[in-house]
Amino acid sequence: MEKFIKLTDTVVPLDAENVDTDQIIPARFLKATDKEGFGENLFRDWRFDKSGEPNEDFVLNQDKYSGSILLAGNNFGCGSSREHAAWAIKTYGFKAVVSSYFADIFKGNALNNGLLPVQVSPDFLHKLFAAVEKDSEEKVVIDLEEQKISIQSSGESESFDIDPYKKTCLINGYDDIDFLTSKLDAIKKFEKRSGNQAEPQQTLQTENI
Amino acid sequence: MKKTLFDKIWDSHVVESIPNGPDILYIDKHLIHEVTSPQAFNELKERNIPVFRPDQIVATADHNTPTKDQHLPVKDLLSRKQLKELSQNCEENNITLYGLGHPYNGIVHVMAPELGITQPGMTIVCGDSHTSTHGAFGTIAFGIGTSQVTQVFASQCLLVEKPKKLRVNVNGKLKNGVLPKDVILYIISKLGTNSGTGYFCEYAGNVFEEMSMEGRMTVCNMSIEMGARGGLIAPDQTTIDYVEGREFAPKGAEFEKMKAHWETLKTDADAEFDQEYSFEAEDIEPMITYGTNPGMGIKLTGSIPVEGNKSDAKALAYMNFKPGETLLEKPINYIFIGSCTNSRIEDFRVAASYIKGKKKAENVNALIVPGSRQVAEQIKTEGLDKVFEEAGFTLRQPGCSACLAMNDDKIPEGEYCVSTSNRNFEGRQGPGSRTILASPLTAAATAISGKISDYTQTLN
Repeated sequence: MEKFIKLTDTVVPLDAENVDTDQIIPARFLKATDKEGFGENLFRDWRFDKSGEPNEDFVLNQDKYSGSILLAGNNFGCGSSREHAAWAIKTYGFKAVVSSYFADIFKGNALNNGLLPVQVSPDFLHKLFAAVEKDSEEKVVIDLEEQKISIQSSGESESFDIDPYKKTCLINGYDDIDFLTSKLDAIKKFEKRSGNQAEPQQTLQTENI
Repeated sequence: MKKTLFDKIWDSHVVESIPNGPDILYIDKHLIHEVTSPQAFNELKERNIPVFRPDQIVATADHNTPTKDQHLPVKDLLSRKQLKELSQNCEENNITLYGLGHPYNGIVHVMAPELGITQPGMTIVCGDSHTSTHGAFGTIAFGIGTSQVTQVFASQCLLVEKPKKLRVNVNGKLKNGVLPKDVILYIISKLGTNSGTGYFCEYAGNVFEEMSMEGRMTVCNMSIEMGARGGLIAPDQTTIDYVEGREFAPKGAEFEKMKAHWETLKTDADAEFDQEYSFEAEDIEPMITYGTNPGMGIKLTGSIPVEGNKSDAKALAYMNFKPGETLLEKPINYIFIGSCTNSRIEDFRVAASYIKGKKKAENVNALIVPGSRQVAEQIKTEGLDKVFEEAGFTLRQPGCSACLAMNDDKIPEGEYCVSTSNRNFEGRQGPGSRTILASPLTAAATAISGKISDYTQTLN
């Protein structure tokens, strides 16, 4: 997995709430059996009209906005578990998504692909949108080690939370599979004592806790 | 310490807890399908990692399958390739597959419960957000992404932070015509689409206790639509009666042993939840949605809220509705009864009981898609197929179908569809389609009248 340490870049502001994974990547594009090419269809039905022409009103088609940070409204990534949504955002070229709230499954999928979901307060989200609206060249700094996001010109900043384990994974480019496969002995022991199935709690609880 | 049902199942499946980090959670059953598994198999191959516990994995083909002529080769080449890869991957890794045409084939969240694969107290995952359905049996069941599918393949475990606990209580007597779908649409309309984010939700109260297993599955299925990773209901006699005798359920002495265990799976009195909500059954009426997320719901006879933000206005513009408007009398040209939310036999029984002796309105295309081959067989055994046929409905073969429109079952641009599925997102049922979520009864009644109407007065 690609490492994520610190990112300073311009921002693409997507001012919409409850952006669901069906908008990020519509189901009809989920027939591929590899992870390539999903970026081409990122936000397909917002980005292109029926004839396949770019929709000029949509932010991804506006020349003044570019960069590897996607800024979005509350509850980003709700809906389906499709990891294709994270692949689409990543292969389009984004490295981080900033919102005031992320849906659980999307957040996990993003983290598993080195795409950093940065959750900020509604106030700070508002400041970010305002800063980018004022100047589309405004840069935002995301420092994962410091867990801090800031607006470069004004220096306004906010700290953000991330699971310490996930932080270590991102900074080092590790993924969960490496970790879990190193634990197979412990997993086998667990299977042995639990009978490999949902067994009565009483016996298990004393052993596990 | 007093424990919730969720705590009891979770804690008994923790292999190890990482200090300041997630738990290693053991997974009893891993369900897979064609859309979210191929990249996981590829990853394993690239890294030369074997599937750790193939006998705890069950595969089906459902998302990307046609609902017509399933005996013929799949026409869409990309779909055919995806299905072929699933077959090959299952064969290479010794995974049981109930593929297209197999008597056990069906939507993953319909076939696993009906085969007795889903059992109380288990941890179950699938690369599909509606895996929450299985919580109806008192399981911890949740949807995962493809990277996590790979993790479970490699270790039969997941690294996950323990979610917070939420309880939703509904007590009282439901009104005539109010179905489990209405109950969950009501709850989501009251709490909103992200109220459950970060939580696992237990449903409690006499309304859920009195529900059938199929009704409970409908409720738990939509837990994800309020953001909750999963929902669950304590197993009781209804659960035990449902599981007993099913193909893969334990038998004889083993069943008795498991039954004794299942009966202990309850939230302790005074166990604490991080969040709790309570509703009165009498306040719930048949529900419909008017917007582009499942939280945008109103009672069938209600009006669209006048107040809203920019996103609400965008949703109404997409749906071509106005604030303050009622949806009654809106002409509807499409209805869909199907999906992992409402494609079980009881859903078709309730629809058929309303439809019997009536004809669909001429303007309506009415699509009925059973959740599994077994449900399709049951429809025939009970003669419901005749009822649907005589009323002018189209009965198809099982699959996810128009819920997500990956196959040819699409709602045309600009058209409304009263649908028993779970998501009314923009374009969910086809580019430009407009989805109105409802119960099977509301969908059936809409097909007969050709418009949204208050049918409750005509119910016996």
